[in-house]
Amino acid sequence: MHNLSRVRALLRTCGELSITAGLVMMFFCAYLLWGTSAYTQRQQQLLQRQLAEEQGDATAHLGRIRLGNALALLRIPRLGDDYKYAVVEGVDAEHLKKGPGHYPGSALPGKIGNLVLSGHRTTYAAPFNRIDELRRGDEIIVDAREARYTYRVISQDVVEPDEVDILAPVPGKPDITPIRAMITLLTCHPEYSAAQRLIVYGVLKSTEQRKA
Amino acid sequence: MYGWIWRHLPGGPPTRLLAALVLVAVAGAVLWYVVFPLLEPAVTLDEVTVRK
Repeated sequence: MHNLSRVRALLRTCGELSITAGLVMMFFCAYLLWGTSAYTQRQQQLLQRQLAEEQGDATAHLGRIRLGNALALLRIPRLGDDYKYAVVEGVDAEHLKKGPGHYPGSALPGKIGNLVLSGHRTTYAAPFNRIDELRRGDEIIVDAREARYTYRVISQDVVEPDEVDILAPVPGKPDITPIRAMITLLTCHPEYSAAQRLIVYGVLKSTEQRKA
Repeated sequence: MYGWIWRHLPGGPPTRLLAALVLVAVAGAVLWYVVFPLLEPAVTLDEVTVRK
């Protein structure tokens, strides 16, 4: 009889620990989905203020943008009129936490070549969560300091995570010299997984110089 | 485990309930602000770059 009650106490403790572990995991998922966004929103405020202050100041654009600094403001009307993210220079974890990141060395906004932007799909405010909804012809607006560049979506693709050729000046064709200004948006695919990458390609359609 | 904690909380049921809620809140805050930020980089469900 005494033995039996000890077994029951042990089983109860195991059960309680398991339920607790389950609740902690659900709590962790909530943190990943919503808790991480708080950080991104704070950083976005800083970066967007930084951009607003330097707007129209073409000299601020000369030379290299330092890692972690704001490069331009990204707008995608299809994803809502208030869809607006400051693009950060750099694609390391610390940069992508702040917002969509620009691959260092890929083309600058409006320049011939390939402007590559990476963004989170589920965590850290998930800026690229809905880029799968973009259709051919949709606008991707990049507000740089000196001008507004409007790209139009031309296609979508899903590739393996080691497909680095998509970063080339002509996406997918590393040996060819570019003649067009392209944009490449990059995020994980499928949602909640890192198995593949979702890509949206666009090409520059118009440039609107900022008034001095 | 929870029974043991309950028995060791001071006072009558109302005080114990309050103390239990405080314990849960403290545990939740430690997880949210300390443990989860440390664990998060190890979770790669949101890898968004391509590399060899």
